[in-house]
Amino acid sequence: MSKYYVNKFLYQVDADPDLLAAYKADPEALLARWEESYGTRLGTKHTIERTTWLEFTTAERRALIEHDYVALFEIGAHFFLCLTIYIALYDDDYAERSGPLAFQREYAARLSHWLGKDYPTVAL
Amino acid sequence: MATLSAVLATTHHPFFLKATELTPPEDRIPQAAEWKSKVEAYRATLTAAEPDLLVMVGSDHFHQFFADNYPTFLIGKQPRYDATFYNEEREFSIPKYVLEGHEEFSGYMFQGLLDRGFDFSISHELKIDHSIICPIITTRPEADLPVVPIYTNIFAPPLPSPKRFWDLGRAIRSIIDEWPGTQRVAAIGSGHLSLELGGPRQFGETGPDPVFDRKAIDWLASGDIEAILENVTMESMSAAGNATHGFLDLILMMGIAGPEKAAYVDELDLFHTREMYMTWYPAGDPRAEVAA
Repeated sequence: MSKYYVNKFLYQVDADPDLLAAYKADPEALLARWEESYGTRLGTKHTIERTTWLEFTTAERRALIEHDYVALFEIGAHFFLCLTIYIALYDDDYAERSGPLAFQREYAARLSHWLGKDYPTVAL
Repeated sequence: MATLSAVLATTHHPFFLKATELTPPEDRIPQAAEWKSKVEAYRATLTAAEPDLLVMVGSDHFHQFFADNYPTFLIGKQPRYDATFYNEEREFSIPKYVLEGHEEFSGYMFQGLLDRGFDFSISHELKIDHSIICPIITTRPEADLPVVPIYTNIFAPPLPSPKRFWDLGRAIRSIIDEWPGTQRVAAIGSGHLSLELGGPRQFGETGPDPVFDRKAIDWLASGDIEAILENVTMESMSAAGNATHGFLDLILMMGIAGPEKAAYVDELDLFHTREMYMTWYPAGDPRAEVAA
C-alpha cells in the first residue's frame, strides 16, 4: 500500500489542467501516463532524478481509475486532495443538473456509513 | 520599538469573494449580504489599528508543499510574494496577488524563533495560498502592506500539539515586541472551527460540530488557554470534523495576543461552517480612543 503515492498522483494531477482534463476523459490512460512520466520522478519538482520503488497496489490503481473517492477515503488518501480533484471533475456537471453543492452532498452521503466512527487515518 | 497594534484570528472561507461579490446578486446565497457586512465590520477592527506591517499566519493546503517535503513550521523571507494557485482560481475564483515582503523583519523573526527553540524552515521562493490571501481579502483588500508570512502544519498529520502552537504564538509575540523598528505591526492568522472536508459530514446545514464551535469561540474570546489545553487534543478535533485541526492556528493567534479577553468577537453560521472574527488590541483599543 502506498497512500503517499496515491496522494502524489492526486496532488500532481489536480495542479495541472492538462493532466486533469486527461484524468476526466480517460482515467486508465492518464494513470499509465502519469506512472510512466511523473510518478517515478523524485518528489514533485524534479525532472531528472528518479524514485525507483514507489508503486500502487491493485486496489489503489482501481480506485484512482474509477474515480472511487469512497475507496480512496477508506485507503486513507488525504481528504483535501480527494475532495478538490473530484470537485474539479464533477462539480460543474452536478451543479448544472441538480443545483449548487449537489456533488458535495452526494459525496458526503456515499460516505455516510462512516458517521459516528473513527475515520481511516490520513497520517503517513 | 515596534507596537503590536492588533491581533486578528479568523476563519478563512475561500468562497467569500465569489459568494459575496463575483456571483451576480440574484444568484447569491441568502446569507451573502450579512456575510459581507460582518466582514466589513471586522475589517474596520484592523483599519482602526493603523498597521504598517502584517505578520500573517496560515497553512499551505498542498499547494506549494507536498508530503515529499512538508514543513512543520516555515517562514518566508522575500521582497515579494506571489499568491493564489491555479486550482484556487479554478475552484474559488480567488484572484492572483503580489504582496510586498519585509526581508529584514522576516530575518529577525526567523533568528528570534531559532533562538527560542523553534527550528523553523525558511523559504526564499514562497507562493502564498488562500490561508493568507483570504484574510487579506477580508481584512485588507487593498493588499498594500508588507507581510511576513508564517506557515504551520495543521494539514498533514502527525501535527505538533496544541501547546506547541500556543508556545509558538507566545514566541512570535516576544519577537514582535523586541523588533527595534518603529512600525505598527498587526498579526493576522486564519484557521478553522469545526470543519469537515471530503468526509460524510461535509457541506451540511451547519458546521459538523456546533457544540465544539461554541466552546472554541468562548475559549478564544476569554483567553482561556487552560480550558483549551485541557479539552483540545488531536482526537477531540478529529471528532469535531476531519479538518478541524485548523483550530490550532487560532490557538497560535491567541498565543500572540496572550491569555486576554478579545476586544471584538463576531461569528456567522454559514451553510457548512461557522465563521469567526476575533480581534485583540495588545496596545490598547484604538476604537476607544476615537470614541473618547
